[in-house]
Amino acid sequence: MKNKSLISINDYSKEDYLEIIELADEFEKNPNQRLLEDKVIASLFFEPSTRTRLSFESAISRLGGKIIGFTDAGTSSVKKGESLKDTILTVEKYSDLIIMRHPVEGSSRYASEVSKVPVINAGDGANQHPTQCLLDLYSIKKTQETLENLNIILVGDLKYGRTVHSLLQAMSNFNPTFTFISPKLLQMPKEYKLMLESKGLKYEEYTEFNDCINKADIIYVTRVQRERFSDPMEYEKVKNSYILKNSMLSDTKENLRILHPLPRVNEISEDVDSNEKAYYFTQALNGVYARMAIMTKILGLK
Amino acid sequence: MKERKEKRVSAIKNGTVIDHIPSNSMFKVISMLNLDQIEYPITFGTNLKSNKDGTKGIIKISDIHLDSDDLNKIALVAPKAVLNVIKDYEVTEKQVVDLPDKISGIVKCVNPKCITNVENVKTKFNVVSKKPVHLHCHYCEKITTQDLIQTL
Repeated sequence: MKNKSLISINDYSKEDYLEIIELADEFEKNPNQRLLEDKVIASLFFEPSTRTRLSFESAISRLGGKIIGFTDAGTSSVKKGESLKDTILTVEKYSDLIIMRHPVEGSSRYASEVSKVPVINAGDGANQHPTQCLLDLYSIKKTQETLENLNIILVGDLKYGRTVHSLLQAMSNFNPTFTFISPKLLQMPKEYKLMLESKGLKYEEYTEFNDCINKADIIYVTRVQRERFSDPMEYEKVKNSYILKNSMLSDTKENLRILHPLPRVNEISEDVDSNEKAYYFTQALNGVYARMAIMTKILGLK
Repeated sequence: MKERKEKRVSAIKNGTVIDHIPSNSMFKVISMLNLDQIEYPITFGTNLKSNKDGTKGIIKISDIHLDSDDLNKIALVAPKAVLNVIKDYEVTEKQVVDLPDKISGIVKCVNPKCITNVENVKTKFNVVSKKPVHLHCHYCEKITTQDLIQTL
């Protein structure tokens, strides 16, 4: 992993995932290590993303690193029409590592080919967001003590949701059973189902919540967005079918944990928050440890 | 009396014959190879009867031979095409076009939000399926399928 950019979750192997998880666990036990003391890290957010940016900044700050960069393209030279290539060729001279969020898909891969310093993709449009996936894996490992043989329910927008696609790809290394719950219009794309089939993995598919949640170890909820529906009537018909309520959790397994990449709107009722099975805010905290692990691995400090 | 098999597209002395082009890809092949811009004699026919494929197209280009980049292009829309090198009315070489595992700079990525459609970045694809053609974009990771292939 040393000096290698992290652009797509597929850039890492199963062994790499496990190494990151182990290291994240080390950082959780001892977060204030000054490993990045003499490092300058560029944080280039060509589009705003408060949560991801703050999580990276928190991780860098706790490790004693310095941050340079911008928080949206409007305040940078991009507004003056600078190409991505020129921005990267300049910023690489100032920094040891580039963290980049960009609305254009494939932009991070391209940046990593232009840059002499490694690049971490913090989201490129609807394509990849690998650090989110690694923090999800860390959260699953922490709550279930294993990644093997789990029963995982993915709920919501399974067609466009990049987090569920990455999670599916990464978890497919650990013999999971998947259940997909989504409106017909937002079902898991065929290519991912074929991938599961080729690996001999089982999945079930439903258009609403049912008893299947009582078998689950993990429920991963994503938001069904109004913008995805060309017909507003269709959205009105389905919008309440994908809301997880506390009353639905009474017969679920002891070890069940509910994950969500956040921000949440209404797809998990607030009454779930106080249930000990709600894990999404701790999941966000895990992001800090996972990102510490990723950055120090790439910089060859761990 | 032996029945004479009439040639629907006349023979050439020297050059290249591209056979077994699907009829519906005929004009794509012509435009991909920029045949409208070359000065050598070209004859072509399409919707011709074929024992193997129902109908087919055929292109005969006098006096030039195609390089491998051009061959790759043909394979994208005519995966079964056969290239014949003709010298003095004889076929001296026969070659089935073969899509390479990687394609660079020939095809446009179908995803309008891909960096290759936004900035000046050369496209790169991994060929994940040859029949039908599925191209996996090295940058945005989206698949461009055969029916959506546009050449640059």
